[in-house]
Amino acid sequence: MAEILVLVDHADGAVRKPTLELLTLARRLGEPAAVFLGKGAEGATETLGRYGAQKVYVVDAPEVDEYLVAPAVDALAQIAGGGAPGAILVASSNDGREIAARVAVRLESGLITDAVDVEAGPEGPVTEQSVFAATYQVKAHVTKGTPIITVKPNAATPEEAPATPTVEAVTVDFTASATGTKVVSRAPREKSDRPELTEADIVVSGGRGVNGAENFHVIESVADALGAAVGASRAAVDAGWYPHSHQVGQTGTQVSPQLYVAVGISGAIQHRAGMQTSKTIVAINKDEDAPIFDLVDYGVVGDLFKVMPQLEAEINKRK
Amino acid sequence: MKIVVCVKYVPDATGDRGFNDDGTTDRESVDSLLSELDEYAIEQALKIVESGVEAEITYLTVGPDDAKDALRKALAMGGDNAIHVNDDDIAGTDALGTSLILAKAIEDAGFDLVVCGMASTDASMGVVPAMLAERLGVPQVTYLDEITVEGAGKGGGVVKGRREGDVATELIEASLPAVVSVTDRTGEARYPSFKGIMAAKKKTVVSKDLDDLGIESDEVGLSAAWSVVDTATKRPPRAKGEVVEDEGEGGVQLAAFLAAKKFI
Repeated sequence: MAEILVLVDHADGAVRKPTLELLTLARRLGEPAAVFLGKGAEGATETLGRYGAQKVYVVDAPEVDEYLVAPAVDALAQIAGGGAPGAILVASSNDGREIAARVAVRLESGLITDAVDVEAGPEGPVTEQSVFAATYQVKAHVTKGTPIITVKPNAATPEEAPATPTVEAVTVDFTASATGTKVVSRAPREKSDRPELTEADIVVSGGRGVNGAENFHVIESVADALGAAVGASRAAVDAGWYPHSHQVGQTGTQVSPQLYVAVGISGAIQHRAGMQTSKTIVAINKDEDAPIFDLVDYGVVGDLFKVMPQLEAEINKRK
Repeated sequence: MKIVVCVKYVPDATGDRGFNDDGTTDRESVDSLLSELDEYAIEQALKIVESGVEAEITYLTVGPDDAKDALRKALAMGGDNAIHVNDDDIAGTDALGTSLILAKAIEDAGFDLVVCGMASTDASMGVVPAMLAERLGVPQVTYLDEITVEGAGKGGGVVKGRREGDVATELIEASLPAVVSVTDRTGEARYPSFKGIMAAKKKTVVSKDLDDLGIESDEVGLSAAWSVVDTATKRPPRAKGEVVEDEGEGGVQLAAFLAAKKFI
């Protein structure tokens, strides 16, 4: 069985959930092999093995942290070039898509981004994508080289398949271009007890109707009661009510949770493009003509400042 | 110095977009326009010049005849001239092929800085700027929310920017020449003035074909695409669920729905 390379997304060795999803998908295609770049591989290996990694390639080099994207391209391309992987899977983050893009150029291989599902097919992996603001489902496959596929978070449910991976330390010959873009400083996001937006099973988002930063606690309280991440529409972000990093939409984070709760959000096309693949959608808005209601599984036409506290109390009562 | 801004002519995102039978985007049934996200790239290029950097701004697009409209809009906002790569053999080219055409055209024109939008509003892959950096062999400084150019001229210069990374806010910098891409957080793009629209009519738009760029026709186009669309299915519109008016029990009703779906 061909190796399926999975680029590990991690924070100092803490493996993020999308990587576990990739390992789960990789098992459908061949033998999962994780590619771990940076520090903390020792702690990550057990987790990667638990989700089916047969092998872990480790590149522990300072370049990976000090320079943008390009060192990861060198590492992944070199590891892929040393074997004949059946596919390369990368999480669909900004960094992930860019790494995949450059590896595709370097290995002269086809690239598919933002897959929401991957299956084995007669000519290699067949991907499913959701395009044009989720109005179309597209199935595609790569025709040249090693299929390189970026996969959106929540494309699969992580399934354990315990393995004891062999660990191979890899020394990468970094190209001159690897050190072209220096990361001068890095300020990690404030740690929060809430799940990360891209990974969350439930997202509660506030929009223009929240009407001020001081009111966002209404959104946060319900999010906390549900164990959810907090999102915001571009209108709320542009108004300075909530940080950019929480923006859901075409130009923000694209989410695909089990449940999306849109609060005081009208549902402009740009917002819909970022959340329309959510499995269940509910909305609260006082405008009964808001386009968001065309998407909902359940909607409440009403004042969010009355509905949300009542919802929170009811959730807590039912817990 | 020379700034090349890559722009794309795309089907209007608010229109009813779809596919042709061969899996390519249907560009007939929906009006097209300059990709909204490229307006931010144009704005930042103009701002760099307005900040005192001496530079010539050239817009570059790859597309059919009417893609010229995107260049005219860009030129009406400001800038100096434009290049339109147009060739029948380009139809159906994917991102890898497009990045090849753009890279050849950029090398042909000469550049110190390439500025792109973060993604197109149609395919929205967000990968072409990174591919350009790879093909041109220069640093990539992408997904910037803020951008400045310092010490430009005579082959020197540094581009700096702030990138809201996946888990951290990063300040990044690179020597020129470089490829940058900018997000929609860099600030609103200007509207073309009447004067700008009139001035744009006098600016040069050079047409180039694949021959001019030394690209073989079998390197690009649908037949050379590195991936193929097997099927494109219109999703049935989401079945609209129940929408209730809040008459004092809206929160309780919603909680009951969420409980029935096992979210509580």
